[in-house]
Amino acid sequence: MSTDWTRKTAAELADALAAGETSSVELTRAHLDRIAQVDGPVHAFLHVDADGALAQAQASDERRAAGGPASSLDGVPIAVKDVLATKGVPTTCGSRILEGWVPPYDATVVARLREAGLPILGKTNMDEFAMGSSTEHSAYGTTHNPWDLDRIPGGSGGGSAAAVAAFEAPLAVGTDTGGSIRQPGAVTGTVGVKPTYGGVSRYGLVALANSLDQAGPVTRTVLDAALLHEVIGGHDPLDSTSIDQPIGNLVEAVKQGSSGDLSGVRVGVITEMSGEGWQPGVLARFQDSLDLLTKAGAEVVEVSCPTFVHALATYYLILPAEASSNLARFDAMRYGLRVLPEGVADPSAEEVMRATRDAGFGPEVKRRIILGTYALSSGYYDAYYGQAQKVRTLISRDFANAFEQVEVLVSPTAPTTAFPIGEKVDDPLAMYLNDLATIPANLAGVPGISVPNGLADEDELPSGFQVLAPALADDRVYRVGAALEALLAGEWGGPLLDRAPALEGAAR
Amino acid sequence: MPDTPATVSREEVRHLADLARIELSDDELDHLAPQLAVIIDSVASINQVAAGDIPPTSHALALTNVFREDVVRPGLTADEALSGAPEQEQQRFKVPRILGDEQ
Repeated sequence: MSTDWTRKTAAELADALAAGETSSVELTRAHLDRIAQVDGPVHAFLHVDADGALAQAQASDERRAAGGPASSLDGVPIAVKDVLATKGVPTTCGSRILEGWVPPYDATVVARLREAGLPILGKTNMDEFAMGSSTEHSAYGTTHNPWDLDRIPGGSGGGSAAAVAAFEAPLAVGTDTGGSIRQPGAVTGTVGVKPTYGGVSRYGLVALANSLDQAGPVTRTVLDAALLHEVIGGHDPLDSTSIDQPIGNLVEAVKQGSSGDLSGVRVGVITEMSGEGWQPGVLARFQDSLDLLTKAGAEVVEVSCPTFVHALATYYLILPAEASSNLARFDAMRYGLRVLPEGVADPSAEEVMRATRDAGFGPEVKRRIILGTYALSSGYYDAYYGQAQKVRTLISRDFANAFEQVEVLVSPTAPTTAFPIGEKVDDPLAMYLNDLATIPANLAGVPGISVPNGLADEDELPSGFQVLAPALADDRVYRVGAALEALLAGEWGGPLLDRAPALEGAAR
Repeated sequence: MPDTPATVSREEVRHLADLARIELSDDELDHLAPQLAVIIDSVASINQVAAGDIPPTSHALALTNVFREDVVRPGLTADEALSGAPEQEQQRFKVPRILGDEQ
């Protein structure tokens, strides 16, 4: 019986390639076949680049035969969120306004994947311009959660998380502005890492909110995330906010954590992240995980971050303000959609721009652009945007105080498990609450991971455990994340995703 | 749901959309205006935080004076830069008229 390569981790695939047990072409074909088989009902991909991926796989095999693999992941296929520019491959950001746009350049993250030899399978679905927590705001249809196709896969990077959870790709890249890597990870039973702000280049990442956006790994294991992080991370002169410092030895941190020993590690539970609005099953799994960490030698204490209760309001002023400014570039002049207003003879550029933006942007994008325009308008600026910037300072200070007491902070990643598609799509405030626990890290620029930590009793759906560390201490989230993963796998006798339903049956 | 405070009116939303260069239909305005009022009402809680003398943060980890070597490096060709243009003419972006007839 032949091996099902789609069930292997990226690290296992890399080992099999190194041992000559398989080829990159075989692995890439296996994943393309899986996509053809299950992506109809899952809809994780907006574009599948079979020819491009197979050509890259062929090149990888030739490189390896010549004795020189380009990286530890050379030949292991990957999926990329559709917000990263890919030369020659369509990039839509889930928006009609960029339908059919083919970038003339690669994002730095994409260029690094190509240099490292990872065949790019295709582009994954997302909420339009990464605005959302469910992928329901994609202009090209909702992605479905592989655990229950009637539920959301999280967002905005629901496509990347679902692709990995459905074994359509061993690895994916996501972006996280307020939780768009970690929250989809939590609700799909996968691993997601938001690196330190500036740790991974934003060049070629279509900006939602410059001061918050960060690309990072979407995987099934913590080790795979570290392997990918080491490929895409590090200084990039093309991004003026890129940090010119080494990203640390993340794979080594995973190996240290996998021993399951956390003796002497101080873990802080954020007081403000529990209570009303938190699903009991999610809180129960969180407590189980804390017990495991304690058993592994960690010292678990409670830490208060009082300003975090204002993080959501701060975020929903800063993000729309930055987004309204960023999205001004979609003006129907240089690229993207151009729509002429109806019934206007010889329309002006401004009239064309208005008509194009009405036709090209979906409701959530319009909501946030108008909200941002409001927060930045004269008369309101001090009360809203100016005040939000000050509270942002207080949130960073809460982190700084907390990290004087503990090495990492922890919370459930998302307050609930995956909710039914359609439930919150026209209720913005209810949707925004999904990112309650993930937003503070973006405001302060600190790294965070979400590790699957079980199924909630109420609905048998995955929950996630979030670990946050100080800026530039990404290795800590990998160490603690890997320890929890190892301890849980020991209890379960295997990874959580083994319990996800087989999708072949669901396709009927 | 309680009556939402009149933090933002339908006419204000129309004006904001105008500033943001988005043509909104009457239906969209009817739908968006009350939602925006609810959101703005909710984020207004931020003004309860005493932060008078706190310095603002615009960037989580601010870097200053980021320069690169002053050397020529490859950029996009004209054809590449124009590859996504809705309309082009003579290696230029072709745009609708900028001024009105009377100007």
